Amino acid sequence: MSITIAKSLDLKGLSCPLPIIKTAKAMKELAPGELLEAFATDPGAVPDFKAWSQTTGNALVESSESGGVYRFVLKKKEI
Amino acid sequence: MASEVVVLGGGVGGTMCANLIAKHSQGRAHVTVVDATGNHVYQPGFLYVAVGKEKPATLQHPEKSLLRPAVSLVVDRASRVDPAAQTVLLESGRTLRYDQLLLATGSRTVMEEVPGAKDVHDFYTMDGAIRLFEALKTFEGGTIVLGVAGIPYKCPPAPVEFVFLLDDYLRARGVREKSQIKLLSPLNRAFTIEATSKLVQPILAERGIELTGFFNVESVDPVAKTVTSLEGETVDYDLLVLVPPHRGQKVIEDSGLGDERGWVPVDKNTLKHTNFEHIWAIGDTTNIPISKSGSVAHYEASVAAAEISAAAKGEPAPAHVYDGKVMCFLETGQGQATTIRFDYDHPPVSPTPSRLWHWAKLLFNKTYWHTVPQGRLP
Repeated sequence: MSITIAKSLDLKGLSCPLPIIKTAKAMKELAPGELLEAFATDPGAVPDFKAWSQTTGNALVESSESGGVYRFVLKKKEI
Repeated sequence: MASEVVVLGGGVGGTMCANLIAKHSQGRAHVTVVDATGNHVYQPGFLYVAVGKEKPATLQHPEKSLLRPAVSLVVDRASRVDPAAQTVLLESGRTLRYDQLLLATGSRTVMEEVPGAKDVHDFYTMDGAIRLFEALKTFEGGTIVLGVAGIPYKCPPAPVEFVFLLDDYLRARGVREKSQIKLLSPLNRAFTIEATSKLVQPILAERGIELTGFFNVESVDPVAKTVTSLEGETVDYDLLVLVPPHRGQKVIEDSGLGDERGWVPVDKNTLKHTNFEHIWAIGDTTNIPISKSGSVAHYEASVAAAEISAAAKGEPAPAHVYDGKVMCFLETGQGQATTIRFDYDHPPVSPTPSRLWHWAKLLFNKTYWHTVPQGRLP
């Protein structure tokens, strides 16, 4: 199954809570079911994205790390 | 011939830096401060004005009285910087030439960026704080909501401090039982820093202050009296207080010296402009991802002063650099406070709230006028 990313966000260098706010803004523009990927360098983003996903109901499909860069993929919830 | 040093902005950072350059340069630099009002305002006091604990007049002193005699003051607004010609154009039409330029213009609040929030309350300007206290004086009960409408904003602890001081104020007026206080936080905790949140959250619960997490204010409906978040939640209010969105000053944006929000990109250690020679920036003005607060401007001012003095004297740049030091007080109400201290290499620490830190904060607020602008506190 191929996964199409509808939007990609570069949040590297930003410190909390900016990554969450920029993500929340970007997610608003997505249609239900679409995917957003975000790259961040703030380690605090890992628990923040997880908690934000749980609170808002937008699923966190991926949370990974490579070379100090975190990648998150969120799926916009169905209304 | 003496170097011409121009400092834009007569706030904490600009004033302290101008005085230190005049002191260090031993007559080899002439310093001019350009300030739009000529009036030095102690912004940390706005929080207290909003709850009637401080009078606006005590938070303002003439800028001239805080500057060393050798420093010139120009009361005018900078409208354009030309980094190639090394000049600053002022609103009056006058042009100042500089050898070294310090941008200490700070931030401005732009509540107009939030749809529907034109008449919403805030305590981030003197007028806002005065107007908010007027509204609180006649508040007879209902729901007071505090939300955050943009990051970064000045003084990260201020929203939490405000709800605690508000709780004290409503209790003193005998209307607390008829009132609800709601704190809407951008994250799932009361404060960005986890350790401080852990300390503060039980106190919020104890005071009956309701915390709603992941509520990033998007818009306000002043008729229905509701505030809505980016996350899609809506909260009712009787009195709404918002932390307004902030951006850099217009002169920074108009001169192409900053990013898309008007924050000036600088080296996080030397505070030198990333793209232009002979320009430094400190305090709220920069894009460094660190607190926008008086304490940062204060610690950065001594670094920028050493850098600029060395440049003015044609000496090599000093070894002392800004290490990201931040020190903030955080009022927790009922006469107690804590502090938050950290730097680039050390995570934040906060002691248990006590009367000691509350008194330390009040003492600092009172002695500010005789210590900080003059560079008497390290």
